Amino acid sequence: MARTVIPFGPQHPVLPEPVHLDLVVEDEKVIEARPSIGFIHRGLEKLAETKDYIEFVYVAERICGICSFIHGQTYCQAVETIMNIAVPPRALYLRTIWGELSRIHSHLLWLGLMADGMGFESLFMHSWRMREKVLNIIEATTGGRVIFGSCKVGGVRRDINADMIKTILKDLDEIEKDLRSITSVFINDRSVKARLCGIGVLSKQEAYDLGCVGPMLRASGVAQDMRKLGYAAFKDIPVEPVTRTEGDSYARCAVRCEELFQSVNIIRQAFAKIPEGEITVKVTGNPTGETITRTEQPRGEVVYHLKANGTKNLQRFRVRTPTFANLPAMLKVLPGCDLADVPMIVLTIDPCISCTER
Amino acid sequence: MSQEQIELITIDALLEKVRAKKDQGCRLVQISATQLPGQIELTYSFDLNSQLTNLRLSLPGEEPHLPSISSIYLCAVLYENEIHDLFGVQVAGIAIDFKGKFYKTAIKFPFATAKLPCASSAAAPGATTPPATTGAPK
Repeated sequence: MARTVIPFGPQHPVLPEPVHLDLVVEDEKVIEARPSIGFIHRGLEKLAETKDYIEFVYVAERICGICSFIHGQTYCQAVETIMNIAVPPRALYLRTIWGELSRIHSHLLWLGLMADGMGFESLFMHSWRMREKVLNIIEATTGGRVIFGSCKVGGVRRDINADMIKTILKDLDEIEKDLRSITSVFINDRSVKARLCGIGVLSKQEAYDLGCVGPMLRASGVAQDMRKLGYAAFKDIPVEPVTRTEGDSYARCAVRCEELFQSVNIIRQAFAKIPEGEITVKVTGNPTGETITRTEQPRGEVVYHLKANGTKNLQRFRVRTPTFANLPAMLKVLPGCDLADVPMIVLTIDPCISCTER
Repeated sequence: MSQEQIELITIDALLEKVRAKKDQGCRLVQISATQLPGQIELTYSFDLNSQLTNLRLSLPGEEPHLPSISSIYLCAVLYENEIHDLFGVQVAGIAIDFKGKFYKTAIKFPFATAKLPCASSAAAPGATTPPATTGAPK
């Protein structure tokens, strides 16, 4: 049978960001996928050599427009590790709370995109309607909605008072109730299952060997979550990774659905245990040394490699983002699938190309 | 980062050491390059049961080259193409070689100098011409 090459992206209705695939197809079956990225490389890592390490937090936060806060947090953690800065416990809890709120809104954004990609418009709108409620909490506590600049080297910039905590906990009850309602559709609806079950299967061994991270890895049965390293408040709040064994698109969706409730529980525990006290310490001097710091983004493990030589500018700022680690697996599962399933498979890795190229 | 977590190796031992990591069941976490004066430092990070270990080697600043580990860890192709496009390191035997087209950058090998000239220093009175090692715009 004759082979045809179909270009997919960089502009495509299901793609929020530019990635290009040359899909080699026989009839409706994908035989090969040849990737191409690099359309939006910004060179942010290089900026660290000309920006003060304290002010560079705002650049780190802009690596991604969705997991912005955890990028800022990971950068601050890395600098604090090099400089041996003892961050106040209350600040660590606040970072954890905002990090988990970010995870919820990121997963809801993805669920909406997923629903939109499969043509389930009402489910898409409900997912994003609920995301607004989470963004409202972030806005009420920080003044921003997605990029909110609350993290700084040595702590956080804003506190959450007792009255606000009560309001947020009440809002969380409502959000959780709504989450039960829409996730039951993602988990049980016949048309959703028809589009996702058995599509883009990645075995446990393949996922591990290809270096997958986050929900992509956990959906294939590997219980790996960087929150288990115990950074921020996770030393007091244990996290058990959410896993599935099917390794298909449905499993990746189900893992993210379950992680929504996990994050709600983590926020509740954090508010219950949050200690009183300062939210920041004064930072003086310049960093000297090196560290590799890892945290768990909504899309998976992010790696920050920082190297400092005692000046106000970092010698090296290197970020390995979760999507970068998940791209090989995406290319692994595309061959053999139907052309109509390509958008679903690409979406299930939750690709963030701006992150990837930095 | 404590020295126990970093093993200094030579380029000749790279493939053997990486294969040993693979045999132990390690996951390749990242490959990071750092431009230092006169050399490029490479850090290969591996994870096993959430413990991070690193292999480190130095390449000469002039015409750096190294063998690909993509025959051992296929996912290394992205890191190796990135290191080529940003730092100008020639990587031999990459399983999927984008041949310099992985990133579409305005400057060839933009990270191949320790510091890019910034606009303010270039415009300063008496500023010297920045070195041309950043490469000409495409």
